Amino acid sequence: MSKKVLIVDDEANIVAALEFLLRRGGYEVMAAQNGEEALRRVESFAPDLVLLDVMMPRISGYEVCRRMRERADWKHIKIIMLSAKGREAEVSKGVSLGADLYVTKPFSSTELVAKVGELLAA
Amino acid sequence: MLAINIFVLPIAFGGLLHFPEGNVDADTFVLTLPMAEKQELLALLVFIGGLSAATGMVIVETIALSTMVCNDLVMPVLLRLRRLRLNERSDLTGVLLGIRRGAIVGILLLGYLYFRLAGEAYALVSIGLISFAAVAQFAPAVLGGIFWKGGTRRGALAGLCAGFAVWFYTLLLPALARSGWVPLGLMEHGPFGIELLKPLELFGLAGLDQITHAMIWSMLANIGAYVAVSLAGTPSADEHRQASLFVDVFRQGGEAGGARFWRGTASVPELYSLLARFQGVAAADGAFADYARARGLRWPGDTLVADAEFVHYVEVQLAGAIGAASARIMVASAVKEEALTLEEVRKILDEASQVVMYSHRLEQKSHELEAATAELRAANERLKELDRLKDDFLSTVTHELRTPLTSIRAFSEILNQEPDVDLTQRRKFLGIITKETERLTRIINQVLDLAKIEAGRAEWSEAPVDLRETISDTVIAMSQVFQEKNVRVEARLPEKVTAVNADVDRIIQVMLNLLSNAVKFCNPADGRIDITLTEDERELRVDVRDNGPGVPAADQHKIFDKFVQAGDTLTNKPQGSGLGLYISRHIVEHHGGRLWVQSLPGEGACFSFTLPLGRRAGALARAA
Repeated sequence: MSKKVLIVDDEANIVAALEFLLRRGGYEVMAAQNGEEALRRVESFAPDLVLLDVMMPRISGYEVCRRMRERADWKHIKIIMLSAKGREAEVSKGVSLGADLYVTKPFSSTELVAKVGELLAA
Repeated sequence: MLAINIFVLPIAFGGLLHFPEGNVDADTFVLTLPMAEKQELLALLVFIGGLSAATGMVIVETIALSTMVCNDLVMPVLLRLRRLRLNERSDLTGVLLGIRRGAIVGILLLGYLYFRLAGEAYALVSIGLISFAAVAQFAPAVLGGIFWKGGTRRGALAGLCAGFAVWFYTLLLPALARSGWVPLGLMEHGPFGIELLKPLELFGLAGLDQITHAMIWSMLANIGAYVAVSLAGTPSADEHRQASLFVDVFRQGGEAGGARFWRGTASVPELYSLLARFQGVAAADGAFADYARARGLRWPGDTLVADAEFVHYVEVQLAGAIGAASARIMVASAVKEEALTLEEVRKILDEASQVVMYSHRLEQKSHELEAATAELRAANERLKELDRLKDDFLSTVTHELRTPLTSIRAFSEILNQEPDVDLTQRRKFLGIITKETERLTRIINQVLDLAKIEAGRAEWSEAPVDLRETISDTVIAMSQVFQEKNVRVEARLPEKVTAVNADVDRIIQVMLNLLSNAVKFCNPADGRIDITLTEDERELRVDVRDNGPGVPAADQHKIFDKFVQAGDTLTNKPQGSGLGLYISRHIVEHHGGRLWVQSLPGEGACFSFTLPLGRRAGALARAA
């Protein structure tokens, strides 16, 4: 059974690129445009990994991450945070909230897909 | 004095018990009692005793009074009268004696006069009380002199005059009336029939005994006049100095009493001759020798220093002979006291006013310092705020740059590494790359625009512009965006408008900014934008109305600041660089117009700008 990845970003083009690459890599992919939708999709889609953009309207990526880590049954879900904010404080904030990886935009999409593979294999 | 009264008590009781009718004068109980009991011998004894006591009292009192009159009244006046040249006479003992004898005769005559005038209508006690009431008139001036710096000579005189006048009117006049010297009608109906001025019930104050009544009114008049006149006038420099000396006496410290305050110089021979003139050479020698011995010196022989203490000593010696007031005058003539000159007063005042000015300046300075500190603090806060805004701006701009870059990189990598992507997808990905590149360019241009505007280096080209055309062109240019977002756009333009002088590219930039904002915020299901162009005699006006969520009142001003976007940039994904409206407003204002927003939450937003008509050619260039 293929692993499931949820992509959360309000930038449609970035979602499109990542969706294309991950589908090709054999993953089952779902997308969400904002934090609220993301939490709903985690519940319904039960992904193994979430690619989470930080800067989103209303509920930010940080908040989604924090809420996901409060749920015991979601502890196993890997989280990769994607952010255009690359300052140290932001990276450490993401990590302290329980993200497995913090990736700064612009990233290499192939490298990111490789990281997804690594995290899901572990 | 008090003990004597113990013997009076049994006699007074006896008299009152023996003569309950009260028809016997209480002053004569001591005589009438033995007479009533037919003890003639005792009565004679009492009479002789009383007579001798009275005579002795008269002698003692008269001498005391004559000395006082001589020393404190007549001599000072005579010494002051330069014409008499008393200062220069070597022997004054004859003059002193003559004055005292004259005074004795005068006092006895006055006593007799009062006896004749007041007669026997009053008992001794009443006469005593009337006198005490008179003496009490000195109290306000004396106490005021000791404790109040503001009291003046004129005030004291006025108080005394007023007090004595009232005393005379309320106490002495009734006494004279009772003795028959003044018509009794005055007592019963007041002067000229004015009831309010009745001497025994002044201003209707009735029900008190005569002494209390007189004391209340005389003191009221006395103190009132003293305070009022003192306050009304300003004390002279001398009075001021003396007042300070007396009132602040405990602050000055009291080693040598009043003498310490004597400012001046004296010579020992002068003091010696002064003392010798009034006391004789032998007494003067004795006094000087005493003074010298007390200081471990010998007189004559050692040199004495005529310091303040010595001057005071001489004055005390003199006072014994001629009274304090006269002694002071005589010593003053020997000692050259330095009067407080106008120059000195001015100096003291100058110093005082300088201190006042200095402290005033100090206060001003500290106020200025406080204001400067507040300004600095505000400036610092502003700087911090600007720094924070710059930080936010950089973070926003980099975010805005990184986002399209991410897409471009991702699709480039896909196209580069995945050879088997079909043509449709390939085209789609390339289209995205192109769009994201345009987006990048737009952001970079805006940042550059901002930099130019901020630095005042923006270039403006000016030509007559038909705003209808400009609006139509912009709408056509954006028609694809409108279609994609499913937004209906309606432009209501008049058939003809006056051309305005403007930089057409900049006006298009404003229109693009307003329209793209409107598209961004339009109701996603049923987007609608209305553009209206109107003209009046002064200006052209463009309204761009959307049907989005509207701009909260709190943000309506902020959104025109640079780097600021609707919503919190930290949690909300920004929709642009945060520069569009700032630049647009700058452009409109550069043309002399205004750009503003009207919005009610939930009812969309209406951004409007105006361009004034009749701007002369060249105005733009000058404004730039």
